[in-house]
Parts: sequence; C-alpha cells; structure tokens
Amino acid sequence: MPEPILELKGISKRFPGVVALSDVHLSVSPGEVVALIGENGAGKSTLMKILGGVYQADEGSIRVDGRDVKIRHVADAQKLGVSLIHQELNNLDNLDIGGNIFLGREPLSGGFLRLVDRKKIAEQSRGYLAKVGLNLPPWTPLSALSIAQQQLVEIAKALSTNARIIVMDEPTSSLTLTEANRLFSLIAELKSAGVSVIYISHRLMEVNACADRVVGLRDGKNSGQLPKSEINHESMVRLMVGRNIDLKRTETHLGDPKKRIEFREIISPFFPSHSISLDIRQGEVLGLAGLVGAGRSELAMTVFGITRPLGGEIVVDGKAVQVRSPHDAIAHGIYLVPEDRRKHGLIISMALRENVTLPDLWRYASFGVISYGSELRTAEEQRKKLSIKTSSCETLAKNLSGGNQQKLVLAKWLSLSPKLIIFDEPTRGVDVGSKAEIYRLMRSLAENGVFILMISSDMEEVLGVSDRIAVMREGALTGVLEAKDFSEEAVMRLAVAPVHAKEGRQMPGQAIH
Amino acid sequence: MVAIFLALFLGYALLEGSQRGLAATFANPVFLGQANLLNLTRSIGLFGIFSVAMGTVIITGGIDLSVGSMFALLGVILAYLLGPDKFPWPLAVAIIILLAMLIGLFHGLLVSRARLQPFVVTLCGLLAYRGLARFISSDQTIGFGSNTGFELLRTLATGSIFNLPAPFILFLIVCAVMGIVLHSSVYGRYLYAIGRNEEAALYSGINTKLVVTSAYVLCASLTGVSAILIGFYTNSISPASHGSFFELYAVAACVLGGCSLRGGEGSILGIFIGTAMIQLLRNIVNLQGIDSSLEFVVMGGVIMIAVSLDQVLGARRRARETRVDVKGAPAEPAPATRN
Repeated sequence: MPEPILELKGISKRFPGVVALSDVHLSVSPGEVVALIGENGAGKSTLMKILGGVYQADEGSIRVDGRDVKIRHVADAQKLGVSLIHQELNNLDNLDIGGNIFLGREPLSGGFLRLVDRKKIAEQSRGYLAKVGLNLPPWTPLSALSIAQQQLVEIAKALSTNARIIVMDEPTSSLTLTEANRLFSLIAELKSAGVSVIYISHRLMEVNACADRVVGLRDGKNSGQLPKSEINHESMVRLMVGRNIDLKRTETHLGDPKKRIEFREIISPFFPSHSISLDIRQGEVLGLAGLVGAGRSELAMTVFGITRPLGGEIVVDGKAVQVRSPHDAIAHGIYLVPEDRRKHGLIISMALRENVTLPDLWRYASFGVISYGSELRTAEEQRKKLSIKTSSCETLAKNLSGGNQQKLVLAKWLSLSPKLIIFDEPTRGVDVGSKAEIYRLMRSLAENGVFILMISSDMEEVLGVSDRIAVMREGALTGVLEAKDFSEEAVMRLAVAPVHAKEGRQMPGQAIH
Repeated sequence: MVAIFLALFLGYALLEGSQRGLAATFANPVFLGQANLLNLTRSIGLFGIFSVAMGTVIITGGIDLSVGSMFALLGVILAYLLGPDKFPWPLAVAIIILLAMLIGLFHGLLVSRARLQPFVVTLCGLLAYRGLARFISSDQTIGFGSNTGFELLRTLATGSIFNLPAPFILFLIVCAVMGIVLHSSVYGRYLYAIGRNEEAALYSGINTKLVVTSAYVLCASLTGVSAILIGFYTNSISPASHGSFFELYAVAACVLGGCSLRGGEGSILGIFIGTAMIQLLRNIVNLQGIDSSLEFVVMGGVIMIAVSLDQVLGARRRARETRVDVKGAPAEPAPATRN
C-alpha cells in the first residue's frame, strides 16, 4: 500500500443546532479513484468543502503527503493541489475557454497596463485541452459548449493548477451516456498520471465502473468502505441507507386497452421538420429515452402548452383536446413534473402549502378570498400521503432536500385529478431512498389508471422502471421498444444510430474548425 | 420596519426637545399640534394611494415610473373637462379613470406580451406623458379656480370627515381593500407567485400575461384616482412640474416598507408605514425650517440609513432561518424510517 497522498482524520463539523460530520476518516492514495457515496445530507459535500477550504473543520486533521496542513482558504487548497469540481458548474459563460481556465490567474502583458496576455492563454490552454481531449480552439466562447464540454473545461482548469487531487461532485448528472463514458476514460488517464480522484455520485452503476474503492457516509459518520472486489449495487445501497432497496420491476397490469392517450403528429416549434406520434396505454409507464438535446423535454413542453405546437393533437380516450397553455393542459388533467424543479416546478421561496395549492387555487377560495384552513388541509393530506419529511406545511420549499422537493412537485399534481403525468428526469439529484419512493409512486399511479410518460437519461432508470421505451433523436421518434427487447445497446442504437455526423451537430463548438 | 419608524419618531421628538426643552415639547409639541397632524395625515393619504398602486406592480417584479407624469397629463385633461368643457363631474371622473386604465393596459401589454422591461416602458411613459401634458396645455398653468359644480371632489381632496382628512380616510379604505386583495385573494397570491418566479407560476397554470397586465391596469387606475385628488389638492396644475418625482416617493415608500424591487416581497402594512415615514420626514424638514433645497438630501440620507438597518436586521433574520434549515436537514433522513 503506497503512502496516502491525502488523509482526513477524525473530521468533525458542527453547524448551529446540528452535527454535520462527526469523526470522519478518509484517505486517498496517489492515482486512486475513491468514490464517496451517501444520501443527500449525509455530509459528503460538507466534507469536500472542508477539503477545499470553503469550511473549516471544528476537529480533526488533514494530512497531505504525510504532513499536517491547515486549509483556511480555497487558495490554500489550490496550493496543496486540491481542486474541486462542483455539481453546478462554476464556469463563466461570457468568457472563452482559455479565459475560464486561467480565470484569476491570467498571464499579463503590457507592463503597468496589466493587459491580459491572450496569446499566452491560448498557448497554455491548448496543452490542457489536449490532455482532457477537448479539440476546440481556446478562444471558443464557453456559451457555445455543451455541458459535457464545459465539464472538460473545468477539469482542464483543475489540471492547470497542477491539481493532484481532483474532487468531482456528481459530474455526470447532466451528461449523456456517451459523454459520461468519455469522462470515465479521462478519469482512467488521470489515474495513470498519478492524479487521485474523489468521485461523488448517486449513480451506482458509474461508481461501479470507475472506482477503486468506495467509502460510504451516513448521517455524518463513516458507514464503511468497500474494496474494488466487493463493489456491487447491493453492497453500495447497504452502505448508503443501511438496508436493501428493491428496485425490481413489479408486474404490469395493463388497464382497458381502449383507454389510451395518443399524441397524433405533434410538431414542436423546436423541431418543425419532425412530427411525433406516440400512444401511452393505461397501466404502463412509458419511458422516453434519448441523448440530451434529442427533443424530449421540448416534446413535453409542447404537450403541456408551454410552447404552442405547430400541428398535431392530443387524443384522450378518443377525444381530441386543445392545449394552448399550461392552464389548458392542467384543465385536461395533463401535468408536467419538469426537469428543473427549482426553476420550473416550485416557487422555492414559498411555503409547501402555497406550492401545493397554486395550480388550482380557486378551489380553496370563495369570492376570490383564499381559505387558509382548506389550503392547509389539502397540503397536510399530501404531505402525509407522500411522506414529505418536514415539520410543517409552512416550511419554505427551498429548505427541503432534493427528494422532498420532487415529492412536493408531485403533491401539487396529485391534489388534483391527474390523467397524464409527464415526468422529466424525475430522480435527477434525488437520493437513493427517495428515488425508490418516487418509482413506487409512479407505479401505483399507473396502476390506478394515470397515464405515465417518463423522460429519463439515466439508463438504469429507463430500463428498470419503464414498461415500454420510446427513443428520440434530434426531434424525431426513432423507435419504441417492448419489454422483451430491452437492453442498453438497443436503446443506445436508437438514440445515436446514424453515427457521429449527427452527434457532432450537438456540439456547436466543433463547427468552428 | 415598525421599530425604525418609532425610532425616527422618537428621534424627532428629542430633536425638537433639544431646541425647545424637553418638557415644553412634551407638553405642547408643534409636531403633535392638531393643524400639523391634519396636514401630515392628509399628505400620507394623498401619497399613500398611489404608493399602494406602485406596490402592486413592484410585487410582480415590475415598476411604474410614469406615475408623476400621469398626474400631470390626467390633471391637465381633468382641468379642461371640468373647466372650459363643462363636463358633469361624474363623467369627467369616469373619463380620467378610463384613460388611466388604458395607459396601464398599454404598459401591461408591452411588458407581458412584447416582453419589454417595465423600467424602460414606463420611463418612456414618464417622458411622453409629461410632454403631452405640456403640449395640451401650451405649457400654461391651468386650474380649477373657484369653479363650482364639483364640490364633492374638492371635499375629497381638501375636506375632512370625522375630523380626519378625507384623503386619509380614502387611503385607509384603499389599504383595507388592497390588503385583502394582496394578502388573502387568489389574485394576490398570483401576483406574489409571479414576482418570485414567473416561469414556475406559468408551469403551475397561471395565466401570467393576464395577471401581469392586470397589475399595471390596477396600478394605473389607482393612479387615476390619485391624479384627481392631487389635482384638486393643488387646485392648479403647472404641467411642467405637477407631480414630478412623485413616482419616486412611491417607490421609496414601497422599498422602505419592505418591498423588493426584484419582486415577490412586500405588504400593505409595510407600504403604509413606508409612506408615513416619508411624509413624516418631509414634515420634519418643514417644521425644522431646514432649507427646502436640502429636503431631498435629508430624505435620501434617512432612507438609506433605514434600508441599511433593515438589511442588517434582515441578514440576522435570514441567518436564523438558515439555522432552522440546517436543523431540518439531518432530521430529513429520519432514523425511524431507515430500518
């Protein structure tokens, strides 16, 4: 066993009223990929922020290269070769690639004028970009890059500070499968160059693919670790939640075959040259897979009335319905659980109660004046039914965890009478426990006759939860898979099939050559 | 906010006390004299009504900078309608309010449909309506003089009911109605929801364009009411200066009262107190014989101090909230459900 490059010993951190970390240990060897797993609120981020100099530990010591160090600022961490890549990317998209890599450390020229030396930035950036495999000129504006490419820029930035320990917090949460695979091969390269990686993720399949060792955190304490040979799905789930979670699919009970929702030749304004026809059967969960940018969310937005369709109709039980606005959609029982719940799903600075009642506020009012009591009754009922973990219905939505926020978005719709619910990436950023609850909920809704369309980029989820899978590519529907044909390859074949020419179009940066 | 208001009040009493002697001040303060109180409450009423109007658009995340110019334009038109044209006053009032609502509709549609920024739309209004007022009146001061036939309107602006100035009573009524509208009605909840997150409001099925537009119409119609009151209060309208800067008094009242210009925050009680504070300040400046050219310096300074204080106190409040937040977080993976 080589000398660890990094050792965190007995780290404790208290916030007023709560112990976020108590006596946590973590050691990392040079060139090792350690996955740090745990549910939301387990203390992963706090631990990494202590390592990155954002917080100070109350107790415990940090050793780098066997020497005790104090990390008081982000700059201290950088000097020691520790670099954090946050879940939400911290890039400035009004700068170009080079500007981002050298942000705050720009080489200067022009003497006292202190001008930014663009030439030098470009020269030096090239090397780092080559290392991460991003073949774009350094003066490409960041806004032209896909999220995956921006991530590579972040990694290039980390390399440019001579980082020896790179912390990646949920790096794949907005990457497609192919992009994620590219990231894994990059991690392997970093590893062989002796760089250590601390990898934080909820996606256990990925951890399985890239980690040398898994360290679990639960409620701010170490919950154990797994060597490479023992890493598998069940053992990791046990480490995170202390119990097994059964994600196996239950048998589907298809309802009345005549009852179905049909999308007939719907044309979204984003992809005017393609129309989508799709039917959802009662009792099933229809998965909608595809790469990011395949037009799945755009289809959902069109069906929900955010954007007006250029053509086509939605047919519910044989009757065509007109949807010109979300208001119309909601009136017809068509609901959307949007991808970005903090931006679209909830008004995060409002209370749980106010969020639940917002879509159908008139129901709680007489002569336009809202009855607080009847609002509270419904909110309370939904809170119990979905077991949203909070002390009261007056808790602001922003103070809920990701999983509970997602349940709150659902509570909004379940307090009405849903006909079709479109879930757009329902478990993004949601911990394993809540994930299972959300799956169970979708299943029971489907069994109770609600039509379910689930958009997901998480292959495990698409294959595990859907009864059929529709696949889209660049605004067009490329196929629908029946359960017997399910496989990762089958989905990917439909999602990327006509190879790289088409995929290249999603990366506008490459068009610049 | 209330605390700051009281501090200001006490500070003033002490200021007066230091000049005239504390005992004399408390025995017979000029400030608390009946004449001054009537004066003060009247101006609170006059300024309060359109401050509440401003509040409704500020809550949606907008602003209406054209208020003062609308006073000039509507005032000039009103003077023509009642003066040379001899319209019966109810018709004249109806025309003024309708005109105001049309202006509001125009602003609202530009903001919600054409997606122009409220600041820009109403800034253009500020310039245009003032210019129009001056053009219509050939830049001459026109007044109601001692014309008769509309005594009721004059009483509403300058008279008293139950020993209280009529505009103040009107303001109280507006506060009561708007208090219910903003804080208890479906419409009010929509306004706040849009101010906090317009997109999420849209995703919840709220017709955001309609609600935003209506907020501007509501604001403008209350502004129309104020235009009539203020017109009669001054009794003559000099189109170049009538009502100028009044929109900023209203914005200041809203900000002092806890509205955020980002939208989604604020209350009627806050706007009431904000208006009262500003009028109190003007009153103090007056009574103290401070050079009237310094009035804005004093007001600017005090508002800045008050808002900064509020920021400091607010930061502490937020810190307390976050503490609750952190406490809630570990309670979330509740151990009972774990096994």
